[in-house]
Amino acid sequence: MSIDRREFLKTLGVASATLSGATALGNSKTELDQEEFYAILHDVTLCEGCQECEFACATANGLPEPTDYPDSEIKRQLKPDQYSVINAVETSAGEVYTKQQCMHCAQPACASACLTQAMKKQKEGPVTWTEGKCMGCRYCMVSCPFDIPKFEFDDNNPKIGKCQMCFDRLKQGEVPACVENCPAGALTFGRRSEILHEAHRRIMEDPASYVDHVYGEYEAGGTSWLNISPVPFEELGFKTDLETKPYPELTKGFLYSVPSVFVLWPALLMGLRGALKKDDQEDVEGEDHE
Amino acid sequence: MSESVLTKPYGRPTSTWKFLLSELKPRGNPWTIFNMISVPTVIVAAVIIVIRFVYGLSAVSNVTQMVPWGLWKGFNVVTGVAFAGGAYVLTFMVYILGMEKYKPLVRVTVLNGFLAYTFYAIALILDLGKPWNIINPIIGNSFGTSSILFLVAWHFILYIFAQLIEFSPAVAEWLGSERARRNLKRLTIGAVVFGITLSTLHQSGLGALFLMAKGKIHPLWYSEFIPTLFFISSIFAGLSMVIFQGSILQRVFAYQMDKHSDENHNIMIRGLSRVCAVTMFVYFFLKIVDSVHNHTLGYLMTPMGVWYMIEMIGFVLVPMLLFVRGVRLGTPFTIKLASIMTLIGIVLNRMNVSVIAYRWDEIPRYIPTWMEIVVTVAILFVQIWIFRWVLHRMPVLRTMESMTAPKPTA
Repeated sequence: MSIDRREFLKTLGVASATLSGATALGNSKTELDQEEFYAILHDVTLCEGCQECEFACATANGLPEPTDYPDSEIKRQLKPDQYSVINAVETSAGEVYTKQQCMHCAQPACASACLTQAMKKQKEGPVTWTEGKCMGCRYCMVSCPFDIPKFEFDDNNPKIGKCQMCFDRLKQGEVPACVENCPAGALTFGRRSEILHEAHRRIMEDPASYVDHVYGEYEAGGTSWLNISPVPFEELGFKTDLETKPYPELTKGFLYSVPSVFVLWPALLMGLRGALKKDDQEDVEGEDHE
Repeated sequence: MSESVLTKPYGRPTSTWKFLLSELKPRGNPWTIFNMISVPTVIVAAVIIVIRFVYGLSAVSNVTQMVPWGLWKGFNVVTGVAFAGGAYVLTFMVYILGMEKYKPLVRVTVLNGFLAYTFYAIALILDLGKPWNIINPIIGNSFGTSSILFLVAWHFILYIFAQLIEFSPAVAEWLGSERARRNLKRLTIGAVVFGITLSTLHQSGLGALFLMAKGKIHPLWYSEFIPTLFFISSIFAGLSMVIFQGSILQRVFAYQMDKHSDENHNIMIRGLSRVCAVTMFVYFFLKIVDSVHNHTLGYLMTPMGVWYMIEMIGFVLVPMLLFVRGVRLGTPFTIKLASIMTLIGIVLNRMNVSVIAYRWDEIPRYIPTWMEIVVTVAILFVQIWIFRWVLHRMPVLRTMESMTAPKPTA
């Protein structure tokens, strides 16, 4: 009987995973394919705030059309039935427009938080939500560093609302609705490595018009949504205090310790109990006097 | 209060069904103050729960898109589990370390832990948007194995069974089945070892839930050591609950206590106070090390910093010193006061991590509605009803022999 080392380790891994009921074995796979994800670049310098993307998003996802307009006085918020918002922001470079939606992280906090795999990172890039699996626990909302998932608190069969990067269109070889309908050419769609390259090329060729920062290249360990801007991203109201490593890394240490505790604790406890047992106490669990 | 003498020790009554039916009837005077408060509260809560399932969460709750977890998760689940930590600590002391003197406390603590976990699971279901899908992480092909919540959920379920096994001999005695009692008793050690392991992991796991909320929880409360801090604090939280609960039971169930029980009880709570004081010192020390390490001491002079110091000094350091004083002087009053303050401190800590310091910079702030509070309290009341029902009937605080022995006065 021959069993090579690789097979043995695999078996051991599976055995400890079964014992512990939870491990993070599947976590590292996404790193390898990361560069092949689809990504979208939003060039803030080109965006005209026309809201065509918002209307296209509403149509593509069967949502109500937006009724308000970008206004630098107010910050429009994502809603369970609005997956994408354009905001006007007064900056040192004049009024510019930002677009907010799910960032589609390479290793999403929401997907690693989800205990039913309702939130899932697809190999094409989108982070999708499956209604039939979701329990409505809202741990994805607690975990998301961008506060993207929105919950229908006023519904007795609530859904989580967020951008799915038009996953159904992607599968049919189409680009996301917002990209297709942008008249200003502010949105560019492609493989993440190409899009990243394009973002850096624009900054290199016109350093006066951009700050040298591609938002989403490293934020939260890298996202499938990238932004370039004429002003620092703090001015746009983007979160700039985020981790540069993927958020699921924060729980990895704890998850990895679970199998060891599960093996060590019972052994230690039984050993301790045996060592402390008095000689005349033969069988405590069987018959002890209350 | 009169006791029916239907059961003989380990002998079957005339008919099991008749016996069970007679046991279901409430005993004693129903018009107590507790009942007059708890019954209307539970009725109102039932109406609120119906509204919640017809019109959605926002009809009764103030949770928002930015603060998605409110009182039901923060108090009933996160705080409640810490309070129920006494069961694993006591079973560790008695069954593993062999500290026989604490044995009289084990059954009542395990019962309380079992009921607490069961009712917190119910609170969790009320809070879920799609509770019918709760089956997904348990059976089926939707295992989110990289989720801390998946781990906590599973450990929750398994621990409820472990506690049921630990308590089951009392049920067997109540039903008068000696053979079942003996067989169930054999499972106790296994359940205890399994239960302590599960508790270590899910007490710390509840803290680990918040590891990914880095940047959303105020830096004074966020720490990469939250799992360790939650685990250590569950030890003194659980034992403080045992002390506090014991002092109430001594009074309410005085008719079940023999004349030595007061004295014994004081010896036991002094011992437990020592454990509380030591673990609280470790906890306090770790918190300071953590604050220095993360350079968060600068926040102490902000409003959130003052709130933090109220928690850490007023409800950790002070009760720790009171425990020490109570042990030195042997005064049960000081110890009880310390246990109550410790419990308040745990409520503050768990609520701070999960609700108050979570998105502390968000305006408007989350403040629970009266309806959320009523449901929270009602869940505790129903739990107490069942607790009381069991204590009146099963051999939990006393032995079967003393239950059936004729009483000099009714």
